[in-house]
Amino acid sequence: MSAIVQVENLNKTYDGGFEALKNVSLDIEEGEILALLGPNGAGKTTLISTICGITQPTSGRIMVGGHNVVTDWRSARKLVGLVPQEINLEPFEPVGNTVRFSRGLFGKARNDAFIDQVLSDLSLFEKKDSRISQLSGGMKRRVLIAKALSHEPRVLFLDEPTAGVDVELRRDMWQLVERLRADGVTIILTTHYIEEAEAIADRVGVIRKGELLLVEEKDRLMARLGQKELTIELRAPIDVVPEGLAEFDLRRSDDGLKLHYTYKVGEERTGITRLISGLQAEGLVLADLQTNESSLEEIFVGLVHDGEAA
Amino acid sequence: MNWHGVVAIWRFEMARFFRSIVQSVVSPVLSTSLYFVVFGAAIGSRIPEIEGVSYGAFIVPGLIMLTVLQQAIQNAGFGIYFPKFIGTIFEVLSAPLSSFEIVLGYVGAAAAKALLIGCIILGTSFFFVDIRIEHPFWMIAFLLMTSVSFALLGFILGIWARNFEQLNLVPLLVVTPLVFLGGSFYSVTMLPPFWQTVSMFNPVLYLVSGFRWSFFGMADVPIAASLAAILIFSGLCLAVVWWMFKTGYRLKS
Repeated sequence: MSAIVQVENLNKTYDGGFEALKNVSLDIEEGEILALLGPNGAGKTTLISTICGITQPTSGRIMVGGHNVVTDWRSARKLVGLVPQEINLEPFEPVGNTVRFSRGLFGKARNDAFIDQVLSDLSLFEKKDSRISQLSGGMKRRVLIAKALSHEPRVLFLDEPTAGVDVELRRDMWQLVERLRADGVTIILTTHYIEEAEAIADRVGVIRKGELLLVEEKDRLMARLGQKELTIELRAPIDVVPEGLAEFDLRRSDDGLKLHYTYKVGEERTGITRLISGLQAEGLVLADLQTNESSLEEIFVGLVHDGEAA
Repeated sequence: MNWHGVVAIWRFEMARFFRSIVQSVVSPVLSTSLYFVVFGAAIGSRIPEIEGVSYGAFIVPGLIMLTVLQQAIQNAGFGIYFPKFIGTIFEVLSAPLSSFEIVLGYVGAAAAKALLIGCIILGTSFFFVDIRIEHPFWMIAFLLMTSVSFALLGFILGIWARNFEQLNLVPLLVVTPLVFLGGSFYSVTMLPPFWQTVSMFNPVLYLVSGFRWSFFGMADVPIAASLAAILIFSGLCLAVVWWMFKTGYRLKS
């Protein structure tokens, strides 16, 4: 795989002096789904806007499909589709018209059959002649996606695609993203919802205060930073954790009936076998065992907080 | 050159116009007819002919200019302000379109609408008065240049305006008075010498004068001055638009 989007040492400082992006470097591989996670105001939208040419970079270099977005913007922009965060559509326009308009803007000859196909894929075909103002919020979001896909982009940016969208539509959206990936479209999405990144992304990038804290394969990130917790339920309560088990750093529940042991996912030695032996040696009788894996959300919160503490 | 993009903008803007065709066409035709009734028939009958032209016919070029100016500014201003207002402008700015192509699409559509309405009013005037067009080529040239240059002005206002009030402010407070004081309904030679001098600083006077010359062969200022005025005005507007796109003024951050 080769990088279809290359961001090198990108900085963006707004007129007021606010540094929205600080030395961001990022390679996005062709055909992958990258999720950019970050709290509000982290710089996710600024990063996307800069790649799409809506915001001017202060310094740094961005290449899309080998074309510099500043010097060779015409070729670069043709490859990119953007679904913005806000639903901004002309209320009185018919759906079909507005999607056709987008295709023309990006320099493609009129192709009604293709537009019809895009509308059908998004379950919008029936609404082709309806005015935008007559559509529900979810439908409007689909129109935005149809507009972004109308010129057959190779890279699609989805800025918070499921913000304020109901669960069913969110799942539809994820399926759509999968389909697009199958067609070879590279997808970059920003989201607040860790669940979303966990469900569909190949790689996850975390942005905080304009800095890209990390970009890593989702599974590896989970493995590297994810923790598991083993909960041991005891037959009889204990008042203190026995001295002999001190090395395991166990946490005792208030009622003394549970012991919690945390260990890292993917480590060769988890220490579980030794712990169980230790428990037996201390004469504790086990009632049950449970394990819980930490979610991307917990990892994310951990990262963002660590960053703030530093 | 992204011609598909230019055509897409042009068609999109024209569709907006044809969707509200009644409002777009009927209202200027109606208001012009009222001007003919009031100025042409009622008041005009008491005003003597001006250099052999009846007053009703004399005001036709001024009336057309008045409407064309207003329509060009209004259409171009609204055309670019509305996407800015509702946020759809992001799409145009992220498209592979140069600033020249964007301007060509929006200003071209606004100028086309103004031109169309100008022609409709000219057609309407035939029902009310006898008019002759001595220099048809120049008549069309003036109409075209005025439509384009004032659509450029409207485009500038549309980018500059932060709200609808500002969008309407300049046409209402500056352009309309300039048109009325620019000899649309009279020849400046009817004014006292002092006001004649003041009028010479009104750019619209040159447009109306040149346009009227193309009809009746009479002008308040030399035809070359009219041509120069409109070319300078267009050049200024183009320079401002160029600067706006170069700096991203109120368009990009």
